[in-house]
Amino acid sequence: MTARKIPLIPTLFILPSILFLGLFIYFPLVQNLYNSFFQFSVFSPTKEFVGFASFQQLLQDKVIVAAFINNVKYAVISVFFQVFFALVLATILEDKVFRRIAPALRVIYFMPVMISISVIALLFTFVYNPQMGLLNSFLELIGLENLAVPWLGNATTAIYAVIAMSQWQSIGFITMLFIVAIQKIPKDLYEAADIDGAGKIRKFFNITVPQVKETMFVNVLITVTGSILVFNEPFILTGGGPGFSSTTLSVLMYEQGFGKDNMGYASVIATLIFVLSAIFALIQIRVSGTGKDD
Amino acid sequence: MVKTDIKGDFLERDRTASKPRSKAKLNITGGLSKYAVLLGLLLFAFLILYPLFWMVVSSFKSYDEIYNNVWGLPSVWHFENYTTAWSMGISSYFFNSVLVTLATIVLVVLIGSMAAFTLSRYRSKWIDAALIFIIGGIMMNPQVALIPLFEILSWFGLIDTRWALILTYVAFRLPLTIILIRAFFLSIPKELEESAIIDGCSEFGIYARIYLPLSIPIILTTVVLTAFFAWNEFLFATVFIDSEVLKTIPSGLMNFKDALRTDWGVLLSGMVIASIPMVILLVVLQKFLVRGLSEGSVKG
Repeated sequence: MTARKIPLIPTLFILPSILFLGLFIYFPLVQNLYNSFFQFSVFSPTKEFVGFASFQQLLQDKVIVAAFINNVKYAVISVFFQVFFALVLATILEDKVFRRIAPALRVIYFMPVMISISVIALLFTFVYNPQMGLLNSFLELIGLENLAVPWLGNATTAIYAVIAMSQWQSIGFITMLFIVAIQKIPKDLYEAADIDGAGKIRKFFNITVPQVKETMFVNVLITVTGSILVFNEPFILTGGGPGFSSTTLSVLMYEQGFGKDNMGYASVIATLIFVLSAIFALIQIRVSGTGKDD
Repeated sequence: MVKTDIKGDFLERDRTASKPRSKAKLNITGGLSKYAVLLGLLLFAFLILYPLFWMVVSSFKSYDEIYNNVWGLPSVWHFENYTTAWSMGISSYFFNSVLVTLATIVLVVLIGSMAAFTLSRYRSKWIDAALIFIIGGIMMNPQVALIPLFEILSWFGLIDTRWALILTYVAFRLPLTIILIRAFFLSIPKELEESAIIDGCSEFGIYARIYLPLSIPIILTTVVLTAFFAWNEFLFATVFIDSEVLKTIPSGLMNFKDALRTDWGVLLSGMVIASIPMVILLVVLQKFLVRGLSEGSVKG
């Protein structure tokens, strides 16, 4: 395609998208950075300039550190289950041995993905309920009632209970992505390995893993970015509590902004979230070559 | 013909002949580990399925039974939990969600495909810049935009209206939608449009009569992804909407929970009702969803 003068209609065609993105995506980004230097409340007509004061506050805020550590826990555990475990699961489901049962299992594993996170989170308040919860009732059933704790009400278990729910919901999604990637691997690679007498484990490490490397990397990035942003799960299940034990950066941002009406400080937290997630998003765009004409 | 047949047969025989020796040993351990893995798969399936099954079964129970008989089936099936949930507010949340989701889908598909059309057919430094501008949009996330969007929507007097959700949902779905549709448009043969131009078709005609009809599969993919997003979105729905009558299902359910306190059967019924439309949509359009998920994540 050579450069030519663009007629009127195509120009008009692209304008709405530019407007939408400019007004609701790029302007908020700039506005958020601007807001970070001010102190204001939600309905106040004026903003008070405070310079870098909020950034300094951020650096000394112990709750931010606690929240960030929870985000990191979220990321590490999610990468383990949603990338490594999901890849193994996808490989097993694509194995000829389970050809008959795999389609049904795929649908079952995918089911939680289809259900809204607010429904899932409400459901897990029943799973974790200390009096009648499914988890504690089950532990009682198998004689392990001494292990039963109020999962969401306990400062040491709350964040792990929230993370566990996320794994329960998301493993099926990432498994599906891996299945699509595995199905694209040329069959003759496996056939050649069969002739060489390679076992399943060797085939997994020597063929499957190298062939789905790109998907793996993208899934790590999706999972890590998701962990940096995570809001709904802790917000609905625990509200970040008890104390700040299960809070995350996004929950803190919401609490500061719409709970305590410190809009300026909330903007600084949002800026931090943006910087952290943009780094990973940039890597993702670079790696996956989005927008190339291939 | 004969020669190749013999060769093929020979290879077959060779392979089967060499197999039994190595397989005899493997069979015992291989068979055992197969069943161990199968058991693991089934246990995992049970772990995923049981809470969902419990949700549906318990939605027919009374509070007493949910509390005291966690595992059993309801002694009396309280079908009225569903009518109670529906009349206590779920109907209004449901209606709002349908309205917001449909409006978002229509706008995203229309605006997104129009932009994709220009981006796939023309090349200039402005078009390249526009493409980067649009792709860059996927780096943005709702959390970061929350407070500024609240301000912007307040300036326009849109807070606490359905437009607050529709407009922001459209903006956040556009980048991925445009990336997906543009990639598809690029694969449409140029000969088609050239012959259309010769036949006197206008630019708009090429878009509406050639590109759109050919792109139904990818449009269905974006419909599924957009529907899924709009139906389930929680953060904006919670912050931008205050009035009970305008709430969508995700934020409405939270209110519902607080209002009901211990009427768990009704709450669970509401949760089931909230889940049904997406489950149906995703089951019907599963093929398009899987395609969108893989392309959307790997390419976007």
